[in-house]
Amino acid sequence: MSELQFFAEVLTGGLLSGLLYALVALGFVLIYKASGVFNFAQGAMVFFAALTYVGCLEKLPRWTGLAADSVLLVWLALLLALAAMLLLALAIERLVLRPLVNQPPQTLFMATIGLAYFIEGLAQGVWGANVRGLELGIQDVPMDWVLDHTGMIVSRFDLFAAGVAATLVTGLALFFRHSRVGRALRAVADDHQAALSVGIPLATIWRIVWAIAGFVALVSGLIWGARNGVQFALTYTALKALPVLILGGFESVPGAIVGGLIVGASEKLAEVYIGPWVGGGVESWFPYMLALLFLLIRPEGLFGEKHMDRV
Amino acid sequence: MLYREAGQFKSSYADDQRIFPLRQDRHAFWALLAAAYVGVPLLANDYWLQAILTPVLIFSLAALGLNILTGYAGQLSLGSAAFMAVGAFAAYNFMLRLPWMPFPLAFVLGGVTAALAGLLFGLPSFRIKGYYLAVATLAAQFFIIWVLTKFPWFSNYSSSGVITAQVLSLAGYKFLTPVSKYLLVLICVSLFALAAKNMTRCAIGRAWMAVRDMDVAASVVGIRLMPVKLLAFAVSSFYCGLAGVLYAYCYIGTVEPEAFSLDLSFRILFMVIVGGMGSILGSFLGAAFIVLLPIGLDHILSALPGAWLPAGFGSNLQLMLFGGLIIFFLIVEPQGLARLWQIAKEKLRLWPFPH
Repeated sequence: MSELQFFAEVLTGGLLSGLLYALVALGFVLIYKASGVFNFAQGAMVFFAALTYVGCLEKLPRWTGLAADSVLLVWLALLLALAAMLLLALAIERLVLRPLVNQPPQTLFMATIGLAYFIEGLAQGVWGANVRGLELGIQDVPMDWVLDHTGMIVSRFDLFAAGVAATLVTGLALFFRHSRVGRALRAVADDHQAALSVGIPLATIWRIVWAIAGFVALVSGLIWGARNGVQFALTYTALKALPVLILGGFESVPGAIVGGLIVGASEKLAEVYIGPWVGGGVESWFPYMLALLFLLIRPEGLFGEKHMDRV
Repeated sequence: MLYREAGQFKSSYADDQRIFPLRQDRHAFWALLAAAYVGVPLLANDYWLQAILTPVLIFSLAALGLNILTGYAGQLSLGSAAFMAVGAFAAYNFMLRLPWMPFPLAFVLGGVTAALAGLLFGLPSFRIKGYYLAVATLAAQFFIIWVLTKFPWFSNYSSSGVITAQVLSLAGYKFLTPVSKYLLVLICVSLFALAAKNMTRCAIGRAWMAVRDMDVAASVVGIRLMPVKLLAFAVSSFYCGLAGVLYAYCYIGTVEPEAFSLDLSFRILFMVIVGGMGSILGSFLGAAFIVLLPIGLDHILSALPGAWLPAGFGSNLQLMLFGGLIIFFLIVEPQGLARLWQIAKEKLRLWPFPH
């Protein structure tokens, strides 16, 4: 295999996994846009969603008497997981956000760290802490067609996941641009008080946004869980998403995608080309350093809004 | 009746600038110090010294460090554990490679090394702030731990990466017993707590608070942001570094990168929140609360009948309670335990009258 081909293969792998990071980052962006909360618990929500789905799948045959391999079971589990995320979103809005209204953003951020601990404990307390596999029916095997034509190994699963991510992002972007709720949401993101004064129900918008973030968490949880197994390490996906956010800017949906692609590609390339020089394992910090250097040039990220400070 | 300023007049500048203006406060403080220095070593058993008092003091120091940065200077940091690791490893290497060096000097140099690392990772604070800065400090957390794990020079080519800390000895005396380690920690903590208190009361501290409250306004009134922010990073990292040294040498007894995980950074942040941002006393209260909470929960849960809870639920319940309490505190009293203490003192001042 030629050098260039190898480079292309690493790059493609990186870009595809970058879309997965973007998927998690999307959850952050949604909540940040609507409520100005930097939701650290997004990773815990991903974990909770995936664990609830797998847990339901395990328990449902016993509860309902359905055969363990019926299609109905999968949909039922999916529905239950979705309902759980919805409930969680409502509970968060009622019990955490509403009492903390008007607090400085740092306080809200720290509340979401507490929330992350709570959700992690809840998920493991209800479903147990053992690692579980998750089967989506798509094998993690190289695509024959691509292998034959270009000689590159591109995983079928990666491509599927990237497709899901792209669909979700496009769907959400359209939803925010053209629907009534989406317009209200953008108004809230612009200015809370102005939005309130023209009659936009803030609490409802928050509930909707957290519910959508829960849905995004479920999708990313399913994909990440199918890839790495449903385990506690899923919560760390949130940490992977942070450099993506920095690069793309906290307020921007396209930024999350572009940031995800940059992080995914550069991370894999760094691991392959810089890794051997320093003994490997650069993946854990490289995106952060990249994001940090990038911030020195453009402090608000690629697509973030420029802020003007007034005294 | 008892707690009242009546009859106490300030007749000199020194009187006016005391840390505890009230005589009753001073008496209580000296009594507390006497209890800590004399009473505890005489009365407490090894379990209390080793598992409770020493870690509370060490974490108080770390929380003080983060409180200076986050509570006073307003720069959110999620990398405190990494600076603790820098301090611990630096002290270990100073003592290993320069055997003539007395350990107090190595401890201080460990703190200074951490301060330098803090300066380096504080540089981005000039351009970025808020959440962006918080994420940038995460870079410090991951990068430093990676460097310490990846380059075996730092751990003296130990095969497991876990090193037993050297025995501390000064002028022939070896610090082996829990009492001696406790006293060593206590001395460090009381010295640096005093230093922190005074720093926050003088021009530097006021500059930090001005930057915290609004950095643009601070720069308009003539505070140079860059040096002030960097100083906050350096001082904070020094405190964290020293706490890391004490953590490694006087508490866990080993030097290992895994001990300084992101989780520890969060715990220190919680100490600051629960205790009270921008309060020296709060750092101590918060550290005590966060260290004692898991121990207390363990005791309560083990007292419950075993069949009542499914296996493994205890640790998860602990996580939930921990997270829940953080949220509860933020909702009920965003200014933390220190504020509750203040309210209690004000109530006491009026007691026994209603107004």
